[in-house]
Amino acid sequence: MNTELLGIIASLFITLLIAVPLGKYLAKMFAGEKVWTDFMQPLETGLFKLSGINPKEPMNWKQFLKAMLTINILWLVYGFFILIYQDKLPLNPDGNPGMTPDLAFNTIISFVVNCNLQHYSGESGATYFTQHFIFMFLHFTSAATGIASAIAIFKAFRDKTTTDLGNFWNYFVKAITRLLLPLSIIIALILTFNGTPSSYAGKDQFISMQGDTVNVSRGPAAQMIAIKHVGTNGGGWFGANSTHPLENPNYFTNMVEIISQFIIPVAMILAFGYFIRRKKLGWVIFGVMMTGLLMLLLPAIFSEVGGSSAIAKMGITQHTGAMEGKETRFGPAATAYWSILTTVTSTGSVNGMHDSTMPLTGAWQLLAMMINGFFGGCGVGLLNYFIYLIIAVFISGLMVGRTPEFLGHKVEAREVKIAALITLLSPFMIMAGTALATYIFTSHANAAWTVKPSVWLNNPSFHGFSEMLYEFTSANANNGSGFEGLGDNNIFWNVSTGFVLILGRFLPIIGPVAIAGLLAQKKYVPESAGTLKVDTVTFGLMTFAVILVLNALSYFPALALGPLAEYFSMPK
Amino acid sequence: MKTYIMQAIRLTLVLTVLLCLIYPVIISFAGKLSKGEGNGETITVNGKVVGYANIGQKFDKPQYFWGRPSAVNYNAAGSAGSNKGPSNPDYLKEVSNRIDTLLKYHPYLKKGDIPAEMVTASGSGLDPDISPEAAKIQIRRVAANRKLNEQQVTELVARHTENPLFGLFGPPKINVLKLNVALDELKK
Repeated sequence: MNTELLGIIASLFITLLIAVPLGKYLAKMFAGEKVWTDFMQPLETGLFKLSGINPKEPMNWKQFLKAMLTINILWLVYGFFILIYQDKLPLNPDGNPGMTPDLAFNTIISFVVNCNLQHYSGESGATYFTQHFIFMFLHFTSAATGIASAIAIFKAFRDKTTTDLGNFWNYFVKAITRLLLPLSIIIALILTFNGTPSSYAGKDQFISMQGDTVNVSRGPAAQMIAIKHVGTNGGGWFGANSTHPLENPNYFTNMVEIISQFIIPVAMILAFGYFIRRKKLGWVIFGVMMTGLLMLLLPAIFSEVGGSSAIAKMGITQHTGAMEGKETRFGPAATAYWSILTTVTSTGSVNGMHDSTMPLTGAWQLLAMMINGFFGGCGVGLLNYFIYLIIAVFISGLMVGRTPEFLGHKVEAREVKIAALITLLSPFMIMAGTALATYIFTSHANAAWTVKPSVWLNNPSFHGFSEMLYEFTSANANNGSGFEGLGDNNIFWNVSTGFVLILGRFLPIIGPVAIAGLLAQKKYVPESAGTLKVDTVTFGLMTFAVILVLNALSYFPALALGPLAEYFSMPK
Repeated sequence: MKTYIMQAIRLTLVLTVLLCLIYPVIISFAGKLSKGEGNGETITVNGKVVGYANIGQKFDKPQYFWGRPSAVNYNAAGSAGSNKGPSNPDYLKEVSNRIDTLLKYHPYLKKGDIPAEMVTASGSGLDPDISPEAAKIQIRRVAANRKLNEQQVTELVARHTENPLFGLFGPPKINVLKLNVALDELKK
């Protein structure tokens, strides 16, 4: 077995080794039981007191969502202005300029919604102040928003009948003090001791061995890179993200970063089972998600390690696989692994350029984001999966001719309508967005904009189409990775993806929390012989089939026009 | 609603102090104890900084080992890959040109000897490393240009080959800057 494959297997194994106990811990901690991190309590009490919050105040689903949306809107508003005026604020040693309004609009939404599309480049487009006080702040808080929203659903199904989903502020703050912050401290320390800069010094200059004058961008990056992964945010310090040798200096840090972006998504699934006292349900969901992940991952590794057929045709040896856009210290196998994990978990950080991966790898990356329910981002992964669950329960109910039930609550028209709307939202935004972009590109290529549509694409033909499709898919999934050849810092892409981002984030949070709130307040129906059991392998397979059918029907035509067509046009 | 707004504002303020001041400053202080004091590790020759250990730099003179092609020409004020798709005809032409250049400077090579990373741009444009295979094909050229015997250069390359993590995980690699610094010292 070669060392590159061993590295991936070890990464996955260590992830599970950490995620299982972490899941148990999260279930206990959010349920308010005694845990070893209770020493954080004085800090939390202080935070609540200073904020005038009573963390024990119960909230119904409407109050819960109101609190969540209020604080998110606040961040959107003040963040927007800081980005525009960042050049006049402190901590700007490199003298970077303020953002244009359309770029600031896109960027602030992108960070509030845990996406981080990053139409700017960190070295030249953001100040240290912005990176820490806006981006890193939102890395923590957007992840905590997602986790808190998922815990509301946990709470809804723990009690038999209830209107109380718990207190948003309580879950939100605890997600930070007892999960995100401690993990970030550990990972930031590992990074800085492996060569990632953590000081506030500005750009450095040196004369290279061949006599060239070189400027090197630096800055307090380790702090941000830690939470960018732990919180499945993905927005990096440097333009090239975790491909950059200061952001991800060696194979060890690469393993740390890939493990740290996957532990919370996995742990949250298991925590769900433990929290509602149906351990088996957690493991069944885990099984479905892991199967889905492997079905995307294995072919992606295969196509990257196999290398490019066009380069093979030139007579070049591809010892390790396709190397365009990849780093020597990671190799193609680790980059393929990362590219699927980052699209599955909605992190969106990269350790190699997705635009240059093989056509089929691109297809798996796209599909991972389109499905957006195999593990998914911090908290929101489970929310997305919850919608699939409701649809699966509904279809199963139709098949056996009974009123569908989920965990002892009747699923009726209102809940199914919400679930159906959320399901339709993703294909609508991805397809309509891509269609609009394609129309402008083909019919108005010379529109009198600062950046003409004719220069958007970095690659011709099918791959160019994939670049546009990827951007909207990434925005809708709140992923943040990109086929970065796309010239996306201009009015069209900034504004259009801005709207997709905000709808693709909040509707899939509001929908599931509303469904859970509505279900939880219904009368509890005790289990009987006719009850559909959701914690069985059969129902797991049913959910899996629903996910496959829904996504295949929605996205196959688009995938066929982009990556699949490119694959068939490559030399054999 | 109004209470939520006030709570949101106050919570944002106190969390800003915790997450954007206390947390990063603590890490920054701890970073002072690391090898590069949290500024990035530099490499010094005769008291002068000649580069950063982790940042690749441009080597195209015949007496040095070369790194990988870079989409940003090794300008470390930024970073980027080429973002060229695998079927892009312009890109394939570029790769083909790189092969010709390599063959011109290494006339003893066959195409099949060239490892892919020497003709493809790295993801960051700042890749500091090459594979042992990529160093191997350059040994004869470097030795000839420095009037060293090949055995000596081969040994140096072997000494600078970094094994996989714990000998188990990830690819082996060679840091081009460190190798070239050692090469210059060899001459004296």
